[in-house]
Formats: sequence, C-alpha cells, structure tokens
Amino acid sequence: MTYEIPELEGEERAVATGEAVGEWPLWEVFVRAKRGLNHVHVGSVHAADAETAIQNARDTYTRRSEGVSVWVVPSALIHASDDSAAMFEPFEDKPYRHPTFYEIPDEVGQL
Amino acid sequence: MSLPMAHNHRFCAPAANPPPETNERSFVKLRRIHTRGYLNLDHQFDDAAGEAVFDATIAAGEKVEPRDWMPEGYRQTLIRQIAQHAHSEVIGMQPEGNWISRAPTLQRKAILIAKVQDEAGHGLYLYSAAETLGISRDELVNMLHNGKQKYSSIFNYPTLSWADMGAIGWLVDSAAIVNQIALQRASYGPYSRAMVRICKEESFHARQGYSIMLALSRGTEVQREMMQDSINRWWWPSLMMFGPPDAESVHTAQSMAWGIKQYTNDELRQEFINQTVPQAQYLGATLPDPELRFDEVTQDWLIGQIDWEEFWAVVKGNGPLNRERIAHKVRAWEDNAWVREAATAYAAKQAARRVEVSA
Repeated sequence: MTYEIPELEGEERAVATGEAVGEWPLWEVFVRAKRGLNHVHVGSVHAADAETAIQNARDTYTRRSEGVSVWVVPSALIHASDDSAAMFEPFEDKPYRHPTFYEIPDEVGQL
Repeated sequence: MSLPMAHNHRFCAPAANPPPETNERSFVKLRRIHTRGYLNLDHQFDDAAGEAVFDATIAAGEKVEPRDWMPEGYRQTLIRQIAQHAHSEVIGMQPEGNWISRAPTLQRKAILIAKVQDEAGHGLYLYSAAETLGISRDELVNMLHNGKQKYSSIFNYPTLSWADMGAIGWLVDSAAIVNQIALQRASYGPYSRAMVRICKEESFHARQGYSIMLALSRGTEVQREMMQDSINRWWWPSLMMFGPPDAESVHTAQSMAWGIKQYTNDELRQEFINQTVPQAQYLGATLPDPELRFDEVTQDWLIGQIDWEEFWAVVKGNGPLNRERIAHKVRAWEDNAWVREAATAYAAKQAARRVEVSA
C-alpha cells in the first residue's frame, strides 16, 4: 500500500527512543528454502517464547511455501562485527588466494 | 516498469544532508541494548568519517545497513515513511475484512482471506524493517493509535459493495505496486528487502482484483453498474495515493538525494495512469474524468484536475472513515490484551519450569 503521506504544517515529528514497555521479545528469523540450502536471515518477529516465535515466523515468512525449516534466535543474543572498522581489510590485498591469480598455459589442460 | 530513465535523479543537485542534531540523537540504537543484540555498538562513530562512508555508499548506489552511521534526518525520514507504510498495510485489512463474510463464492472468500493475511504479513515485514532503525514495536503501535503517525488516506474510504474488492485489488494495489517496485531500489537495505518480498506477493492482489472486475464486466446489467459505481468512487482516491504534485512535494528532492525515492510523485502517478486506462477500456468501463485524453506526442494518458482539497481534508483526518478506522484498531488491540498477557505468563511459567528441571 502507499505511505507517502505529506507532512502537515506544524506536524510533530515522532521521536524514536527505542523504549519498549509491554512488547514481546524480538526474535530473528532464519528460513531454509529447501533441503540442501542454508537457513537465511529473513527478518524478525515478536513472540513470548520460542515455540510461538516459530509459529509466528511460519505465518509471516512462509505463506507461499518459501521454507521447509525455520530457526528463531533471540535478537538480543546476536553479536555482530564492527563494520566501521578495518575488520575485513587484511583480505583485500591477497588475490593469490584465488585460483584465477595464476596463469596456466592452455596446453596444461584441466587444473 | 517503463519510467523515464533519462532523468537520472542521482545527478540532480542533492540537497545538503542536514548535520546530526546532536550526537545523542544519532545513537538512539545504543539504548536498545536488550532488544536487538546486533544493533548494539561498543564503539562510537566518528561523525566525519561516518558521513564520508555514508555519502560514498549512496553515491555508489549501494545499500545502507542498520549498523552503519547515517544522518539523523535520513534515519527519521525512514522511520516516518516505513512506519506509515506498515500502518497502511495494517489498517488496509479493515476495508477488505469488511467483505470476507459476504464474498459471493467460497473460492472468492478463501482468496480474500489470503489477501488480508498478506496485508498483515506486509505490515509485519515493514515493522521489522522500521525496528532496525532504533524504534520499538511498542512505540510504532502507540504512534498509530494516538495519531502521531499516519497511514495512507485511501483506507479512509468505505467499501460499499463487493465490486469494491475488485477496485481495491485492481486500482489501489496496482498503484501500490508502481510505488513499491520503485522502492525496491531504496537505499536502506531492510526497507529494500521488505519491498522485494512484498512486490512478489502484491501482483496476486492486483490480479485477483482485476479478476473480480472481469467477472462483473461479463455479468448482468446490475453487476456492470456495480463495477462502474465502484470505479467512479475509487479512481480519484487511487490517483491521490501518489501524493501531492511535484511542485508542492517538499521532501522529494531530499529523499531522492538520499536514494530513498527514485521517482517523483507525478512520474509514478503517470506510470499508473498509462497502465490502467487500457485495463479499464478492456472492462468496458468508463473512468470518471471527462478530460481524460491521449497525448500522441508524449504517449501519455492525460487526466483532468485532481481535487486536492479532498486530498488534504482526508490527510487532516476528515475523510469518511478516519475516526472509525483508528477506533476499530484500538478496540482490537485492547480486546486482545488478555492474549498477549496470557502468552507472556505461559512463557514465564515454562521458563521457570525449565530452570527447576535443570537444577
């Protein structure tokens, strides 16, 4: 549906504080699309416990058979890398880790 | 979508990004330590370095992700837009839910239920995306209930006949698709991904709506009149869904500079009109606009004047059903409080039992 509701003069901008009083805990949802594939992060749901989180994840993210398996993880338990730091920089100057770095004569054949 | 790609808005002079108002406001997410672990930051961003990375990301057409530094204005604009979008999906269940018990066949009823469930799902994808910006579900729900955040005005119109289920699917959802296809390229990763998911599902909505209209168009005289009456009532509000004309659209330039919007309101509206007029002709229906005409030069269907007074009246809360829609939503929320409390109590009891067993 559509969302672009123009701002009215004097409209008070809602300020997000992140404060949560009564909401159920948040769970991150991972769905395996079919056997042989990894579970992939698709979004989140709120639920009181893991069992209902799985039910909610099923109803929210697999209504068209997008999954054969679902994982839910309490969002608070996920730790993440510091993406603003040079965490992955050491790997940027090591092209020799890729097979395409090496030039092999055609005569050698499959290698 | 065949939008005029020649105007590449990335190369329009971007409005200067407003500086973060205060450092504290920029780090709203820091306070959410117990809710979303991957948003917790144990470092402070250097604003200048963060802004340089942000600008480079936008310029390269890459996505901004939740843990990245972003201008406070970007964050607030996204929260407002995604929240409005989510609320629209949720309130959008009401006009259609109104006809579930009166669907003409069992199959149409099953389809309508599936569609209304999709709207709930779309609302949840979007709330999930909004929450990555540091706003809580509690806050989002409260701001809808107390009127601080709005939803699309289109849902403040009543659904008076079964044909309205056709008109909503065909016109309202098609208008939404035109908008949402463009938003799939939005610069904020979680919003863009929610749009991709929604667009996949939305074309079912538009097609089931047109299928209702087709059935009516091939029906009796009374059924054809019902279809025409519905089109008469939904055509103009559907065009208004794209928002005010570009000249009055104050935030468009900034949203485009930030890569949140890709096309202007008028561009998207024209796209919708061009695709919809032939569909109406196929139904043998008349669009309620005596000035509607085809421009051979631009190959566009041109419309008469949109009644912007009506548009602003509905935005300001004076549409046919503004108060009823929110009252119904609040009532449902309050009536279901016991379910939320019972689930919480059950979860606590089960957790306590697990501790006992493991002790």
